[in-house]
Amino acid sequence: MNVLVCVKQIPDPNAPGKLDPQTKRLVREGVDLVLDPGDEHGVEAGLQLVEKDGGEVTVISMGPPKALEAIRRALAMGAHRGILITDPGLENSDAISTARAIAAAIKGQSYEIIICGTESTDGSSGAVPAQLAELLGLPLLSFAKKLEVGDGKAVIDRQTDEGYDVVEAPLPTLVTVTGGINEARYPALRGIMQAKNKEVKQVGLKEIGLEGQAGKAALTQEVIEAAPAEPRKAGEVIDDKGEGAKRVAEFLKELKVI
Amino acid sequence: MPGIFVFAETSDGTPSPVALELLTKARALGPTTAIALGPGAAKAAEALARHGARKVYVHEDVAFRDILASPAVDLLARQIDKDQPELVLFGMTYDGRDVAARLSARLGTALIANATDIARRDGSWAVTTPMFGGSLLVTTVPMAKAPTLVLLRPKAVAAQPAEDASAPQVETLSDPVDSSKPVARVLRREKEKASGPKLEDAAVIVSGGRGLGAPENFKMLDELAAELGAAVGASRAVVDAGWKPYAFQIGQTGKTVKPTVYIALGISGAMQHTVGMKGAKTIIAINKDREAPIFKLADLGVVGDVHKIVPQLIQEVRSRKGK
Ligand SMILES: Cc1cc2nc3c(=O)[nH]c(=O)nc-3n(C[C@H](O)[C@H](O)[C@H](O)COP(=O)(O)OP(=O)(O)OC[C@H]3O[C@@H](n4cnc5c(N)ncnc54)[C@H](O)[C@@H]3O)c2cc1C
Ligand SMILES: Nc1ncnc2c1ncn2[C@@H]1O[C@H](COP(=O)(O)O)[C@@H](O)[C@H]1O
Repeated sequence: MNVLVCVKQIPDPNAPGKLDPQTKRLVREGVDLVLDPGDEHGVEAGLQLVEKDGGEVTVISMGPPKALEAIRRALAMGAHRGILITDPGLENSDAISTARAIAAAIKGQSYEIIICGTESTDGSSGAVPAQLAELLGLPLLSFAKKLEVGDGKAVIDRQTDEGYDVVEAPLPTLVTVTGGINEARYPALRGIMQAKNKEVKQVGLKEIGLEGQAGKAALTQEVIEAAPAEPRKAGEVIDDKGEGAKRVAEFLKELKVI
Repeated sequence: MPGIFVFAETSDGTPSPVALELLTKARALGPTTAIALGPGAAKAAEALARHGARKVYVHEDVAFRDILASPAVDLLARQIDKDQPELVLFGMTYDGRDVAARLSARLGTALIANATDIARRDGSWAVTTPMFGGSLLVTTVPMAKAPTLVLLRPKAVAAQPAEDASAPQVETLSDPVDSSKPVARVLRREKEKASGPKLEDAAVIVSGGRGLGAPENFKMLDELAAELGAAVGASRAVVDAGWKPYAFQIGQTGKTVKPTVYIALGISGAMQHTVGMKGAKTIIAINKDREAPIFKLADLGVVGDVHKIVPQLIQEVRSRKGK
């Protein structure tokens, strides 16, 4: 089975995010960049499928040349090969441009399963996977917290507000995975060493046939303003010296909760 | 006249809360048409009209309930081609997200996700979305051809019946659902049992964080919640640790709630958590760390140990209720 996993490189989510006041875009300089933790679950899900049934995991990422590091991390986890779509013309891409670039870059290749995260952790829209499914004409099994593949089909437990739905689609299909689907493995030293020799194909807009049709040239939306939100005001803070519970209960009474 | 489409999710004839929120927003922006799909959709038409839909398209095929996204995308694409709306609003829900994103790729239009507000500006739209846990509000404008697709976060708008509501003009669609394409089909639905009100609807929420120390300590939250008629929520740390299922999670990657009272117990108040609850009317926090950021938003904060205070609080509440 051939599995493709879409991975994104993002600013370290544990560091506070910043917006460039001029361009209104996320600051990516001077911050640590990591493989999106959400996509680690995607890589793990892909690895588990091929470990069971054989086949290979290809990871693909669109981003600046540095995004190669995110691909290497996925290769160190055990993925077999990588594709990096990188081109100055892709700068400023929105979700649909990203989906188009990925669709174009895998044209002619065949994957039974394409795995994405439900949304990227750096606050993106969660739009790329469904857009990619639409462009490729594939069914989308979204918000999977469990994935099983066999008999030419994939079955997931799909997260809902009340519990989950069991949803099935024939292969090939696109799947988005939630953080709850698995524990992502940590790359072992051996994996890190092997990753250095694995093939990563780099392609630009010309190779994928999207020259002049991506990034800024194809923007569907633009951020024009950014302003701090009005903060909520703090109220009273008391130390509990045995009366804390009483004070809360009185407050609940004032609020007519009891 | 070009108008506004609202993708109104319904289940068994009842509109989802977010559908009514979308209509409340939409009707202030222009003449609004609701699209209600799946078995029972016609029954929802009246409630949709009451919240501002002048027209309701209804299609009751079971495919809209049992097949993810694709049939709805096909139908929306057809109706958009026919009516040429300027704007299509979706709720930021599991299904809303899938349908809106697929549709944007089909039409090549702008999709603006995570919105909390939308207004007309200079003949176009200005869409507000929160960033960095809601500490920053950004304004996004579409640059592609109409319609602009917007995913509005649940609870961003309070649903209100329209004053000038009229009887719905219902148009029942019956075009066959395309069955030639491979699709994702729902085989079964599993409901995880929950007692008390739903988090989204609860007036009072008792929410627990890692400070509770162990999953069994949620029992006292259940007890307190039962006394207060409250729903129980949790932070992501608790969900990640497997103490509570994901459905309990409040915050950026969980649910957005707007109760009258939110009681945070052993929750630090990381911005990814507070973005999901700072719309609460009143916030009460108990945390043993005086420096915990949750105290910056709490109306009443108690610096102390939840293991001591919560059992006392249950007693205090009981005695005040005269038990
Ligand atoms: C991209 C991203 C998305 C995220 N999405 C979410 C989300 O949707 N929801 C969410 O909640 N988080 C989310 N997080 C995680 C968030 O950043 C925090 O890590 C999380 O909210 C912390 O949960 P907590 O407050 O329960 O735990 P902690 O931060 O560990 O805080 C525990 C608190 O309990 C207090 N405490 C300990 N013992 C006691 C005691 N005996 N009595 C009283 N107080 C005590 C401590 O002082 C501390 O303040 C997200 C993070 C990222 C990076
Ligand atoms: N630049 C990218 N390169 C590769 N995959 C991406 C990229 N952006 C988004 N994705 C995939 O789409 C998912 C959702 O991202 P988003 O739509 O940006 O929220 C991610 O978890 C990835 O699997």
